[in-house]
Amino acid sequence: MSSRELILKTIRRNRPAIDAPLPTPIPFTTAPVTMALIEQFRTALAIYGGKTLELPAGMSVQALIDELYPERPALCSATREIVGSHPIPAVNRPQELATIEIGVTRAAFGVAETGSVFLSETELQVNALGYLVQHLIILLDPAVMLETLQEAYARPEFRTAGYAVLMTGPSATADIEGVLIRGAQGVRSLTVILCPRAG
Amino acid sequence: MSRVDHAVLAKDFLALEANAEFHDRRLWELRIKRDQQMAMIPEWQELRDRASAIKEHTLSNLDRYLEEFEANAQRNGVNVHWARDAAEHNAIVHRVLSERGVRTLVKSKSMLTEECEMRPYLEERGITVIETDLGERIQQLDDEPPSHIVIPAVHKLRGDVSKVFARTIGSEPGNEDIHYLAKSQRDDTRPYFLNAEAGMTGGNFIVAETGAVVTVTNEGNADLSANVPKLYIASVGIEKLVPRLADLAIFIRLLSRSAIGSPISQYTSHFRKPREGGEMHVVLVDNGRSDRLGMADFWTSLKCIRCGACMNTCPVYRRSGGLSYRAVYAGPIGAIIDPTFDLRKYSELPFASTMNGSCTEVCPVKINIHEQIYTWRRVIAEQRQLPFVKREAMRIAGRIFASPKLYRLALKLQRLAANGLPRFAIYTMLNPWGHHREVPAPPAQTFNAWYRANRKARDEQS
Repeated sequence: MSSRELILKTIRRNRPAIDAPLPTPIPFTTAPVTMALIEQFRTALAIYGGKTLELPAGMSVQALIDELYPERPALCSATREIVGSHPIPAVNRPQELATIEIGVTRAAFGVAETGSVFLSETELQVNALGYLVQHLIILLDPAVMLETLQEAYARPEFRTAGYAVLMTGPSATADIEGVLIRGAQGVRSLTVILCPRAG
Repeated sequence: MSRVDHAVLAKDFLALEANAEFHDRRLWELRIKRDQQMAMIPEWQELRDRASAIKEHTLSNLDRYLEEFEANAQRNGVNVHWARDAAEHNAIVHRVLSERGVRTLVKSKSMLTEECEMRPYLEERGITVIETDLGERIQQLDDEPPSHIVIPAVHKLRGDVSKVFARTIGSEPGNEDIHYLAKSQRDDTRPYFLNAEAGMTGGNFIVAETGAVVTVTNEGNADLSANVPKLYIASVGIEKLVPRLADLAIFIRLLSRSAIGSPISQYTSHFRKPREGGEMHVVLVDNGRSDRLGMADFWTSLKCIRCGACMNTCPVYRRSGGLSYRAVYAGPIGAIIDPTFDLRKYSELPFASTMNGSCTEVCPVKINIHEQIYTWRRVIAEQRQLPFVKREAMRIAGRIFASPKLYRLALKLQRLAANGLPRFAIYTMLNPWGHHREVPAPPAQTFNAWYRANRKARDEQS
């Protein structure tokens, strides 16, 4: 008998004979995006050391990024809204991102409850863009701000993406004496720029 | 296997006074942070009820959901393997790696691979295994298992880490700056991410309806392990299933809040398909779980989502350190899981509890941990797995408590003893309670004597 069959057979013999129905999912309503919801997102993300910036009126995202990083470090962009100094590497060569300072992409949506943004291979092109670069900039349309995780998990992206991440702040660790270090193995900073998709 | 003497091993940990003091304080801090998060969620108790109900439903239909997960994962292009025990798990992982000529494996923390003792197995066969989580890496370099399921090196202080790193990865001897130590490990680990031919993670959940493996991490190392090398392997216990994404949402809301008092962890990652040009394998591991499912008193321990809240709140765990359990799973959850692996070896662990019930109170999936601890004590006593002193003490206590006359006589004798006996007679090997504590002075009068003198006549009149 294969291990698969053996395991399933043992489960069938041993599974508790109880009447335990699956609870119906908690219903949720989609709240309109208000300033309060955006503030909730900003506050939640700040817990994790992530910054949320507004795009000043009349300023382009490109100009804001240039202002944030005037020394023009090596930058890879997975969104057509921003032109990088280096092209995104081929999908089978993620290692090339190790020398890149800044990664830029646009999130599919945000979650106010936790200050998270949703990214998948569609947004990242090369998944490692979210991790191997030193600093990550994420554009987020405030119109796609969801209120709760419950609502987020109802989004179709979780059923189609090969890789999907709810990302909340830069990488961090508190493994030595509980002292918080931002920049563990992944990116050392994360900045969300609130702006509608250009073009 | 010889019996683990938890109390003796705990004494070794307590001898490191600074470590023991920090350990207790740090874990209690996490418990307080967890309480603060709970207070911010008005529906917290409802979430716990639902999480428990979802797990009980899934476990009582586990075969069906495993088949659903497998079918969906295969449809997504994932190779699904089944391992009935640790040996088969290790052999499968080794076969996948060796067939592709893998020499270096980067991995994120996984209690399951600890349970299977996979690292030594692969290393004996010439594969370099690099733990990439900071705490787990500290433990690997110090040749110690993790002492906590969420914070592997919580029993160590900066000075300990500094010594380990200076000895193993060439950090500056004597430099105990925590930022420096963390950066040393980051810099040392990075080339492994870039050069390893394979990456591996565990899984906090797997989702039947989408075939996804879900990891909840904060360092970015799981996502690097899975997203940089071409080959990605995830090993997951069969009990980690949830039926639907809507169910997953409940667990994600509970997990990090319960574990570290944080609304979410930095990376909640969902792996469904191999990357373009890559390969993804999932190993579904039983290793005693399907047997545990048939244990009427203990099967609900399979609901566990490994948050560690029961460890953080447990006064015994906080004051004894995880390594004193000599088991993959320490603390209250370990006390009820470990005996299912080896009853004799772990027969002392259910006694490492004050029975205060705090573990049950904080458990996000409502496992009746302290009741299972009590039930294990009965099982162990019935199977005569108690050490001699405890067995004899219990036998005599049983007779004394069963007879009012004997009980009263014993109280009198005890009062005489505590007042009159010299210290060496009280603080003996037969009285482990007195090893770290003073036996309190007995009251001048027993309750019974007080009752006879003050109330008995009146009560009998009325």
